[in-house]
Amino acid sequence: MHQLTIRELAKGLRDKSFSSVELTQHYLDRIQTLDSAYNSYITVTADQALAQAKAADERIAQGDDSVLCGVPMAHKDIFCTDGIKTSCGSKMLDNFVPPYNATVVENFNRLGAVSLGKTNMDEFAMGSTNESSFYGAVKNPWDTSRVPGGSSGGSAAAVAALLTPAATATDTGGSIRQPASLCGVTGLKPTYGRVSRWGMIAFASSLDQGGPIARNAEDCAIMMQAMASFDSKDSTSMDHPIEDYSALLDKPLAGLRIGVPKEYFGEGLNPQVAEKIQAAIKQFEAMGATIKDITLPHNSLAVPAYYVIAPAECSANLSRFDGVRYGHRCENPADLMDLYKRSRSEGFGEEVKRRILVGTYALSAGYYDAYYSKAQKVRRLIKQDFMNAFEEVDVIMGPTATSTAYELGSLNKDPVSMYLEDIYTTATNLAGLPGISIPCGFVDGLPVGLQVTANYWREGQLLNLAHQYQQETDHHRQTAPNVA
Amino acid sequence: MDQSDIAKLANLARLDINETTASEVAESINGILGLVDQLQNANTDGIAPMAHPQDAMQRLRKDEVSEENVREQFQAIAPEAEEGLYLVPKVID
Repeated sequence: MHQLTIRELAKGLRDKSFSSVELTQHYLDRIQTLDSAYNSYITVTADQALAQAKAADERIAQGDDSVLCGVPMAHKDIFCTDGIKTSCGSKMLDNFVPPYNATVVENFNRLGAVSLGKTNMDEFAMGSTNESSFYGAVKNPWDTSRVPGGSSGGSAAAVAALLTPAATATDTGGSIRQPASLCGVTGLKPTYGRVSRWGMIAFASSLDQGGPIARNAEDCAIMMQAMASFDSKDSTSMDHPIEDYSALLDKPLAGLRIGVPKEYFGEGLNPQVAEKIQAAIKQFEAMGATIKDITLPHNSLAVPAYYVIAPAECSANLSRFDGVRYGHRCENPADLMDLYKRSRSEGFGEEVKRRILVGTYALSAGYYDAYYSKAQKVRRLIKQDFMNAFEEVDVIMGPTATSTAYELGSLNKDPVSMYLEDIYTTATNLAGLPGISIPCGFVDGLPVGLQVTANYWREGQLLNLAHQYQQETDHHRQTAPNVA
Repeated sequence: MDQSDIAKLANLARLDINETTASEVAESINGILGLVDQLQNANTDGIAPMAHPQDAMQRLRKDEVSEENVREQFQAIAPEAEEGLYLVPKVID
């Protein structure tokens, strides 16, 4: 059953090949047996999952035709879940049990989906390796001595290890696409404003966006349909028509104009990864697309602008964790200042504190113009590069990451070298554009991801071209060793 | 940035950075500031700062009650609350 896609599971549930309770129990058993090798879940909610499955079986018996009804999935532990611990990968929220559901969680519940549990992540989504989690590093199913990527490493690893058919995730600077690339799965970062951020613990509010990770584009389309909604509770949610993503999947690619920026193939890109990306672009050409060389002249400034804007917004967002209303509180505080300082210092890990300090500096008196304001101006230049490109091409293709998965412990010592690994992904967030990572081959047995970026609101186009590519290739059907 | 700058910054951010790690923290922050200083080379004359990718404005709504009062549920997860109030160490003698 764990080999089946969401579409196949929905059919199996209707055919009575298995019930949702049987399917859910099967996944729970797999998690129990196998996840000690990957650490992809922080919390497994067996009782709630089985109760949801039982209710879904009743709905299906009564003719419910929602594709996700009775289908197991998992939520990144950044989405608030009513009555279920939501840690955000942090000691600060190790005791936090929210009294409400995120809008995204409500959307899945309404459709009758079954949540298996909460997936592991970098603390407060800050990291590219999943090693900053309070609950320990996640291991890459393709090679457990390597990282799964981050920050949605638990979601990507759980999908790659067939411990869930699909999972929710979030992307602030590449946190859906990069782990999808490193784990050989498909991950979509939607347009900023497409998926509600209500109940999704905030890291950098002008960049954060929820999206799905699944085994293929067809399943991502189903997940995305559930996640996309206009939400009056999220002031940054945009009221824009939602496409029927599944209906768009079969559109032929003839006439698709692909832009390939020279900046994505410069120094720092592993040459074997570059070959796989070039081969994938050639495949699209064979399928009827035309290829054009383009330029994104400000791309090298994306990482510097990102590492001002994201920490600045994080320092403001994380000021709410003060040991007073919820979350970790230190023992025996001497006074209020001691309460704040010790609760925060004990509750936050090293990388989170580092980003809070950088952000506090960038926003402090006398430095605001030089850092935050300057970064926001550069952000506009980066967006303008994309807008110029989209006058000539429909989508932009390149690598998602500079290499395949790194060895555990190889990157997390030096923050700057870790930050520079985000060179292909951060610009998309700064511009608020949608992007997808699609498996496009292997180097030394490790997956490589092709990144595709489209214009605003073109999630349907990204899923369409990914699906068409996946009809012609089988990279996404490969499974990691020891998971079958 | 040196250790005393870190102490000032840590106070602003309500964090405790002990003296033994302060120099290490200063070093890593200096590394990051070195990275972000590349921004200074960009010509941004006449460019307006961009706060929202699509330059959207904040939506307004009618000033009316839209949420139920769930104070008890929220206070149930507080480290210390009593009679509807959050408790903190004494602020005024």
